[in-house]
Amino acid sequence: MSDLTKLSLEAALVGLKAKEFSSVEITKAHIDACMDAADLNAFVTTDFTNAMKSAAVSDAKLAKGEGGALEGAPLGVKDLFCTEGVKTTAGSKILGDFIPRYESTVTANMKADGMVMLGKMNLDEFAMGSSNETSYFGPVINPWRKGEDLVPGGSSGGSASAVAANICLGATATDTGGSIRQPAAFTGTVGIKPTYGRCSRWGVVAFASSLDQAGPITRTVKDSAIMLQSMAGYDAKDSTSINKDLPDFVAACDKGVKGMKIGIPKEYTMDGMPKEIEDLWQQGIKWLEACGAEIVHVSLPHTKYALPAYYIVAPAECSSNLARYDGMRYGTRVEGANLYDTYERTRAEGFGKEVRRRILMGTYVLSAGYYDAYYLQAQKVRTKIADDFKQAWEKCDALLTPTCPSAAFAVGRKINDPVTMYLNDIFTVTANLAGLPAMSVPAALDNNGLPLGLQIIGRALDEETVFAASRALESCANFTAKPEKWWV
Amino acid sequence: MSEENNGVTAQTVKKIARLSRLHVEPDRLAHLADEMNGLLAWIEQLGEVDVKGVEPMTSAVEMDAPLRKDEITDGGVQAKILANAPKTEAGYFVVPRSVE
Repeated sequence: MSDLTKLSLEAALVGLKAKEFSSVEITKAHIDACMDAADLNAFVTTDFTNAMKSAAVSDAKLAKGEGGALEGAPLGVKDLFCTEGVKTTAGSKILGDFIPRYESTVTANMKADGMVMLGKMNLDEFAMGSSNETSYFGPVINPWRKGEDLVPGGSSGGSASAVAANICLGATATDTGGSIRQPAAFTGTVGIKPTYGRCSRWGVVAFASSLDQAGPITRTVKDSAIMLQSMAGYDAKDSTSINKDLPDFVAACDKGVKGMKIGIPKEYTMDGMPKEIEDLWQQGIKWLEACGAEIVHVSLPHTKYALPAYYIVAPAECSSNLARYDGMRYGTRVEGANLYDTYERTRAEGFGKEVRRRILMGTYVLSAGYYDAYYLQAQKVRTKIADDFKQAWEKCDALLTPTCPSAAFAVGRKINDPVTMYLNDIFTVTANLAGLPAMSVPAALDNNGLPLGLQIIGRALDEETVFAASRALESCANFTAKPEKWWV
Repeated sequence: MSEENNGVTAQTVKKIARLSRLHVEPDRLAHLADEMNGLLAWIEQLGEVDVKGVEPMTSAVEMDAPLRKDEITDGGVQAKILANAPKTEAGYFVVPRSVE
């Protein structure tokens, strides 16, 4: 039974249904693997006792030929999703020992489908970061190494690291500027951010509400389709939730790319980007061409403005969302001389450096006299970026780009240089600003033996094309490399 | 963008920190001003984009704001609401005095 942790989610679900092994067995195998992998720091909170109980419940259902789409599968949940009765931290000190009395819609959907939750995955504080180094609970370590500890990317670093290390079959994640796709690329895993509004944001700790979107990180494209099918769906409790039937994401994976028009946006490159990423992009073009896709060249001229626009919009929304953390109704309170002093000390001690930086920036760009110059200008630039995509869709069905301008970097390398850190998201942030579905697929190892990803971006609501193109890429790339297991 | 944006001063940071309800030690203000100026210098490039006649984006996917009946849908969960409070008394949140 030792290789139950090496199964894809898809294969595990088939095996569970066929009673080749029980949920208790596969859950136990993953719990053992999680305990061996403590050095990765992928979890903030483990919940193994309840996981074993859920597994037994799933086994009872499976024995009767019942059970949902995720029945009995041990999965991880990013610690940004509120989980009833299980501590939820958002990677921050300010939430203290916050134990939600309610369940996020996404995790409620997954639990209704039979998920066995192993625990809550580490992340950058309030999902603000690209390296998982801003977590109050310490950095997550990438299972891939190069003689030194590397970051797993962020903000969904715990989710990505755990899936890459075979300690969860899959994990939920969230993506505000690239927080699913960049860690997926850094760890050799698959991740999709669906169209804005596909997954309910209800019960997900808010960072930047017009950009935040949940999605899965898994080891295969089909596994992502299986998980997203469960996570997504209309929810009246989120006024931005899309009230449309979900397509069959799993079926879409096998549609192929014959006759599909794939756009190559010439702007998706940057100074100092390694040649091997450029080469991999060219290789991706050849792969999709060989599968029958037609390649067209397109231009998205406002791409270079996406990241600066993001660093106005996201901090602005963050400063407003995070105003709720005042130490009055929940979280840690630091008593001061009076009410204001209590607020100010609670927030100064409860928030980490990057979160404080973004709150200050957000407050500044929204403050009187600067609103038009910064926030309004950024929202107009955002319209221009969305228009670029609309024009591209007249020529093509999906876009192929690199996911990130580099492979995983060493812990500590970029943490003191915000702009360099922010540049990690240069190719992913555009899809958030425009609300489009986008997926990262592991495509090759670089010269240092570290994984690199390619990204497929699709039209709004057209995850089906994204899954079809991603599955084609996955099958051509045939990425089977795994990190050498050093963490036991 | 407007010229006054070229310089965040320690005084500006003090004001912003106050608006943000973040305590900042006086000896950190100048450093934070430098840091914000660094970020703003990078963001300034947005000013190059011609946005004449462009509507600001307000939502990622076009949709009408949904309406629902104005009715009570939950309640009776006082214990759940108070469960995570740092201080409570007799079913209330206890907060520092705000009126002297």
